Amino acid sequence: MNVTILLLTLLVGAIATYISGKKPAAKVALLFGLVAFVETIVLICQHNAGTDAGYMTQWISNPNIHIALKADGLALALTLLTTALTPIIIFSSFGDHIEKSNIFYSLVMFMSFAMTGTFLAADGLLYYVFWELSLLPIYFIALLWGNDTFEVRKKAILKFFIYTFAGSLFMLVGFIYLYSKTGSFLLQDLYNARLTGTEQYWVFLAFFLAYAIKIPVFPFHTWQASTYEKAPTVGTMLLAGIMLKMGLYSVIRWQIPITPIAAKEVMPTILVLSIIGVVYGSIVALKQANIKRFFAYSSLAHVGLIAAGAYTLTLDGMKGAVLQMIAHGFVIVGLFFVGEIIYRRYQTRMIGEMGGIRQQAPKFASIFMILMFASIGLPGTFSFIGEFNILYGLSQINLWYAVIGGTTLIFGAFYMLRMFQKAMLGETNAKPFADLNTKESIILGVLAIVIIFLGIYPKPLADLITPSLVEIVSYIK
Amino acid sequence: MNTLIAIGVLAVLVLIAEIINLRKLVIPMTIIGLVGILGYTVCNIDVEVSYYNNMFITKKFSNAFSSLFIALTIFLVALSKDFYQKEFSKISDYISLKLFLLMGAICMVSFGNMAMFFLGLEILSITLYILCGSDRANIKSNEAAMKYFLLGSFASGIVLFGIALVYGATASFDISEIITITSQGTLPIWYSLGVVMIIIGMLFKIAAVPFHFWAPDVYQGAPTLTTAMMSTLVKVTAVATLFKLSFHLLRQMPEGYITAIVVIAILTMTVGNIMALRQENMKRLLAYSGISHAGFMMMALTALNTSAANLFYYATAYAIAGIAAFTVLMAVTKGKENQLIQSFSGLGKRNPLMAIVLSIALLSMGGIPIFAGFFGKFFLFSEAISKGFITLVIFGVINSFISIYYYLKVIIVMFTNNDETAEETALSIPLSYKIVGVLAVAINIIIGLCPSILLNIFQ
Repeated sequence: MNVTILLLTLLVGAIATYISGKKPAAKVALLFGLVAFVETIVLICQHNAGTDAGYMTQWISNPNIHIALKADGLALALTLLTTALTPIIIFSSFGDHIEKSNIFYSLVMFMSFAMTGTFLAADGLLYYVFWELSLLPIYFIALLWGNDTFEVRKKAILKFFIYTFAGSLFMLVGFIYLYSKTGSFLLQDLYNARLTGTEQYWVFLAFFLAYAIKIPVFPFHTWQASTYEKAPTVGTMLLAGIMLKMGLYSVIRWQIPITPIAAKEVMPTILVLSIIGVVYGSIVALKQANIKRFFAYSSLAHVGLIAAGAYTLTLDGMKGAVLQMIAHGFVIVGLFFVGEIIYRRYQTRMIGEMGGIRQQAPKFASIFMILMFASIGLPGTFSFIGEFNILYGLSQINLWYAVIGGTTLIFGAFYMLRMFQKAMLGETNAKPFADLNTKESIILGVLAIVIIFLGIYPKPLADLITPSLVEIVSYIK
Repeated sequence: MNTLIAIGVLAVLVLIAEIINLRKLVIPMTIIGLVGILGYTVCNIDVEVSYYNNMFITKKFSNAFSSLFIALTIFLVALSKDFYQKEFSKISDYISLKLFLLMGAICMVSFGNMAMFFLGLEILSITLYILCGSDRANIKSNEAAMKYFLLGSFASGIVLFGIALVYGATASFDISEIITITSQGTLPIWYSLGVVMIIIGMLFKIAAVPFHFWAPDVYQGAPTLTTAMMSTLVKVTAVATLFKLSFHLLRQMPEGYITAIVVIAILTMTVGNIMALRQENMKRLLAYSGISHAGFMMMALTALNTSAANLFYYATAYAIAGIAAFTVLMAVTKGKENQLIQSFSGLGKRNPLMAIVLSIALLSMGGIPIFAGFFGKFFLFSEAISKGFITLVIFGVINSFISIYYYLKVIIVMFTNNDETAEETALSIPLSYKIVGVLAVAINIIIGLCPSILLNIFQ
């Protein structure tokens, strides 16, 4: 089997969902999402057995552009994240009243298609096309199905779109410049481009704008919290769970190996920026009253640490970054879903209006606690493995980075526990809170199992990504 | 040449149909005729012949652009039936004028002699003056026609003066002779003066900054179908002609010329975009965005030897998206006094198909991938970077995201769902508009997915 089948499944899924009509749309989308997930598993098994599932053909002869898809361990790991989360995200919205649901789920599937394409693409222009394509569905999802009044949310969403679009255009210029030097957009040719230091510096900067906005790295984060807040929960999950990983993944896949000299030179600055993001995100999270904004800022802190890990340019740092990307994907989707569950029962996202839920819903409280501890990075959860590796990588550069970056654990524990205390503990809430229903238990259960299982036994994932990362590190040296 | 003659005959037939009272046949006949002519032109795209002592030369460049013009005219004619519903008695006039305009456009890209070029320019301009003022009862239409006529004839005068000066320097109207003479040795100063005047005249026609002041008023005042024609067919014609003129008259491009073109291109795209940001009227918005697209197309003028294919691609992408956008504009603002962006609010509910068509058209103009507009920009940018015009590309990029802002603004308005002023009733749209809109968008996506279709013509 080859990866084009996976991409086609998702694309056909998007079309089929649209055609199927309003009622069965969610089920059709879920079905295709699950098929795509199974296909990804098959692809990974194939990959481990040694078959190459990549694909390459000429798209445009002049300029020289290929449809090149590379399915190495790194790409497959992120593809797995996408195809595993897509059905979960779709399933999480079952039972919600969604207007024009066929268009909505079709956009979700299309976004999943575009993001998978971004992870698999091995031709700069194809990659750029997928990268931009993933922006369109989330724009419409957030704009048309978002929270708050239209006037308020359209500002936030427009800002998000312009911001990310502006950043990626500079990346396009970077690619075109690389093309004018090498005559090809293929990843392998770009790796071997042999640019001079100054050229690398500019290309690095052009890419950095795109990625720093997408990730987001401090100070390019201003779009994040309001977009997360205004987007519908499904959109927020897609954004936080998968889409921002596109930026982090691209740093490792494209930016660093193409411009290693520049990356080494600016590393200290970027590490400092990322770590500022960690501290800043944690502090601001403390003050948030809205649970979605709260998770958004906590996400900013975590992602800052992942970015720092990727930019250490060490094998450990990058490995930690990739593992943490996947861990964060599962955890943050779970957390946003927790927020959504509370919203379904209380019609509020204000932490202050919650409280005393634990007594009424012990199942919910325990799973929430697992997710919370995973977010903090407690040993035994998946996040711990990633964060540990990142901090180890940082300590190889300079111990102080690791020390300050490590405060994310302390800060995280502080703001998460405080939030948990306010939202869940305390005297029994006067308003009734029904415990998890079957659907909700399945979703949260699956997420909790994944997080704990990979926390105890991360070897399969680590083995999957390590060879690709070793190769990437070899280009840095 | 056969193409040109066939179009001329078709135009006369349209007028005859009026005399023998076959008015209803006019539009189907024209469309079928034009499709046939388009087929003929596309089949003979590689044929290079010159007619009448080099008056008229068909080459790949001219054939490709002629095909594009014919295709655009087919769309515009198809829209005519429902657009001119109220004045159906004059339909043959409108259609034949459009065909004559098409003849002028083809002359402009196929000329082998400066006289032929000027003839084409005038055929095109005069028919356009008439079409601009064709809504006689509307004072704005009259104003537009008058303004366009005064400024346009002034520009024509400048072009003519330029041609005379070039003739004075080279003693010939014939392009190939002019090329031989210019490559032989030093020329009198008035040769460059003449070329500059010709180029200024053409810059006026494409509404490049600082010669753009007429455009918004004329676009807004003219009947919408004519505006559609001006901002797609005529603009593309003018850019292609400017490209061809520069290619022939400026064999060794002087340094100053390139600087001037770069500066004008940057100014054109920036001023067009910044003005577009504040427009409340959709026609004006499209007019200003058209100005900025002209700026993008002028990027091709910096690399005359290699950019023909890129220019053709961009022109096609832009014109096709323009047709789609204007189709929706006509459908939505039918029977309304003005074309405020607000009148699009709720279109996503009232007529989802048209909302999708307009969204795709605008996203394509904004340069979002898989739509043709993206590859248009991409090819122009990559050519400019390989020639070392980094500043130009940076400005292009900045303008791309300025433009996406106002395109998105329109898209947002369309999908606004809580505006009380919005009309809730479903909007019924004539079949012809639907077909044209969907077809234009389909072509846009097809050439976006396989750009080679168009690029390979020039290889």
